[in-house]
Amino acid sequence: MSRNPGRPLSPHLTIWRWGPAMAVSILHRATGAGMAVVAGLIFVWWLTAAAMGADAYSTFLAVASHKLAYVVWIGLTWSFFQHLCNGLRHFVMDMGAGYELKTNRMVAIVVMAVPLLLTLVIWAPILAKLASGEGE
Amino acid sequence: MGTGTGLGRVRGLGSAKHGSMHWWRQRVTAVGNLLLATWFVVALFRLPSFEHAAIVQWIGSPIVAVALILLAVSVFYHLRLGLQVIVEDYIHEEAGKVFFVLLLNFYAIAGAALAIFSILKIAFGGVPA
Repeated sequence: MSRNPGRPLSPHLTIWRWGPAMAVSILHRATGAGMAVVAGLIFVWWLTAAAMGADAYSTFLAVASHKLAYVVWIGLTWSFFQHLCNGLRHFVMDMGAGYELKTNRMVAIVVMAVPLLLTLVIWAPILAKLASGEGE
Repeated sequence: MGTGTGLGRVRGLGSAKHGSMHWWRQRVTAVGNLLLATWFVVALFRLPSFEHAAIVQWIGSPIVAVALILLAVSVFYHLRLGLQVIVEDYIHEEAGKVFFVLLLNFYAIAGAALAIFSILKIAFGGVPA
């Protein structure tokens, strides 16, 4: 086997120039795995606590309404929309559309921008309300 | 067909013929999640109260209970399929792969079972509000 050592070994993570399509792809895995564990466990805990009775549920509610828990809620909201938007992008690409370089790049950027915007639109009023409630 | 190397043993056999069903079920559950999880997230943000009595009453409605059960099935099936691909891509040695896929199966089935049982217990009036 003769190989020109001047040529890069491919595929290799370090020699790719990052683009929107790669970022959106790894975000899909990260948000999917994150929700699978975090949202999955919270969902089961929430339902199990509710089924066990008022005492078990009040423990859940105390943790879920803690200040630090809001970081998790906001993170899950963003993860949900990120995974959902990119899932829709996948449906389009499954049909064989949207592979033109410019279109693909633009859609990937939109798929990253929309979830951030939606998260902001949902949480800004809630956080503003909470902050004003604490000030009283 | 050789018997020596791993490549030699599988050469000529073609694929295991499981890939397309895995892919298809991931899409089917994705559509299920799209409908059910969107409903769930919107419903959560619209709930007037997260107190125990309010939640028990909400889950007690047949429409909500059945939608939540379908959501649990669709979500835990989808995450089982998705995490399996992640495990297979990033864990290279066989023992670790088997261990994590086994753990994943247990997590998905136990999670869905706990969620569904809890929903049914509430819906059938087994929880005093």
